[in-house]
Amino acid sequence: MSLPAPALLDISDLSVSFRTDRGTVRAVQGVSLEVRAGETLAIVGESGSGKSVTALSILGLLGDAGSVDGGRILFDGEDLLALDDDAIRDIRGDRIAMIFQEPMSSLNPVLTVGKQVAEPIRLHRRVPWREAYARAAELLERVRIPDAAHRLGDYPHHFSGGMRQRVMIAMALACRPRLIIADEPTTALDVTVQAQILALLKELTREADSALILITHDLGVVARYADRVAVMYAGRIVETAPARTLYGAPAHPYTEGLMASIPGVDGAIGARLPTIEGQPPDLARLPPGCPFAPRCQHVLDVCGTVPPPLERVAERHLRACYRDG
Amino acid sequence: MQAYIARRLAALVPTLLFASLIVFISMRLIPGDVIDLMLAQNDIATGQDRAKIEAALGLDQPMYVQYFRWIWGVLQGDLGISLWQNVPVADQLLATLPITFELGFLALLVALTVALPIGIYSAMRQDTAGDYVARSFSLLMLAVPGFWLGTLVMVFPSVWWRWAPDLEYTPFFEDPLKNLSHMIVPAILLGLSMSAVTMRMTRTMMLEVLRQDYIRTARAKGVSERLVIVRHALRNGLIPVVTLIGLQAPLLIGGAVIFEQIFVVPGMGLLLLEAVFQRDYPVVSGVFLVVGVGVLFINLVVDVSYGWLDPKVRHQ
Repeated sequence: MSLPAPALLDISDLSVSFRTDRGTVRAVQGVSLEVRAGETLAIVGESGSGKSVTALSILGLLGDAGSVDGGRILFDGEDLLALDDDAIRDIRGDRIAMIFQEPMSSLNPVLTVGKQVAEPIRLHRRVPWREAYARAAELLERVRIPDAAHRLGDYPHHFSGGMRQRVMIAMALACRPRLIIADEPTTALDVTVQAQILALLKELTREADSALILITHDLGVVARYADRVAVMYAGRIVETAPARTLYGAPAHPYTEGLMASIPGVDGAIGARLPTIEGQPPDLARLPPGCPFAPRCQHVLDVCGTVPPPLERVAERHLRACYRDG
Repeated sequence: MQAYIARRLAALVPTLLFASLIVFISMRLIPGDVIDLMLAQNDIATGQDRAKIEAALGLDQPMYVQYFRWIWGVLQGDLGISLWQNVPVADQLLATLPITFELGFLALLVALTVALPIGIYSAMRQDTAGDYVARSFSLLMLAVPGFWLGTLVMVFPSVWWRWAPDLEYTPFFEDPLKNLSHMIVPAILLGLSMSAVTMRMTRTMMLEVLRQDYIRTARAKGVSERLVIVRHALRNGLIPVVTLIGLQAPLLIGGAVIFEQIFVVPGMGLLLLEAVFQRDYPVVSGVFLVVGVGVLFINLVVDVSYGWLDPKVRHQ
């Protein structure tokens, strides 16, 4: 057995909180993740589970209200949290790129699409605009925008949602990043377009040998595109495993619940889809023990005391649960 | 675009007609007409004289006849003759308009150079000491009436430092420096009073824009904060600010009336003020015609400038 290559991205014990009027919201608590070069990691969870916040803290894009309380984010051996503004800015869009959820609002309405795609190239490669535009035209062609060279001068409102997300992908690929973070890249799109965009994203990241963090709440997406999955609940990772393992043998009650609530083609017509009863906890008033305990069908006495640690259940398969088996 | 501008210009006509009618009627509704004033000044008060003067000035006709006569004249480029000065109104307007235009232009320049940087700064440093100072300053400028501020500037420097603003008007092309040394004080005061609302609007809009998803996208690309503001935020934030500047155009005229009076600037504002006091009907109507055209023209320019700022408008 060869030694595993050192991770491209190594997050350990990351905690992030937001100051709000209602008090301190603990959005992410003790999250540890690894992404290897060229790998696709899916982070799955419902809204408020901390998956987007984890992604934003990698690039230092939390804004004024959010603060990293602890942990370390190593990228290529460099601690991103220790970098100053200029240094992290050099990494953004160059070695790590991000794709956001809302293609309709994530592009600047008053700048041409060509300019927006060319901008990171101009910034990080320090080439003349003319050259950056030529490269932007190639990129738009790569994401299969018809007649790409003639659309550089068009504005975002000339494009449909799916086409805009292609523009976002082109923009993310512009500097051939080692890591692309896609935060719910297809949630705002029509179902028919979703699959196209994900396939394109997967294909192009593989071509460029970039690693991909795919943030989603859709386990169906995970099954087709991810190598590995991390399931988040209330700011913590509750289970992480290779995608196939997770599907075959989910080990955390929350993951089991998520799996059960995916509608299948073989399900009986008219049968009720199972749901997970209750609501996710208020992140400003977290219970002392396992955050999932109030909704858990297998709850034990110990669950209400201390949150369970993430422990190995099998090869590369970890979960945070006190239940046996 | 040309068709759009032509349509807008055509729409000016009914607006101007309506505005001129209101001015025409309201001037004649003010107690004390021009004949009373003339008679009082010349110390003659017989009914015979009154009828004679009325006839000479064309004021014996019914009001609608007077109005249509005036309109007919305007259509032929004749704005009538001043009842007091006995010179064509058009000549008076031509002499005073450039002066007021200069004052307004300088004031707008002052307003923008004050409002935009402070508004942007205030938004970038939201809820810091600098932001509070900027916002308090703008509130103060909103609250302080121009005539009071103007009077203060006239009185106090002369008491404290034996310095008073220049009050002698020199045409710009005769001696630009001397002209500016006179115009700059009223221009700054007028500009400051305009800058208050513009600054608040700039701040609000920049705060709004800086929250947008595309700003986060720009940051995620590694764009520097300076470029985030200049390239990504400013044009989006300025669209409503430009509208506001258009809406403030009438304010500029109103302010000109006050500051021209205080600082003895022989512009259209001063002309209007004297004409109203003297009930010089054709002059008042003429000034308002120019003001009306000016305001509508500024708003046309504002609409056209949207095309430059907002690509969505450009292509419609």
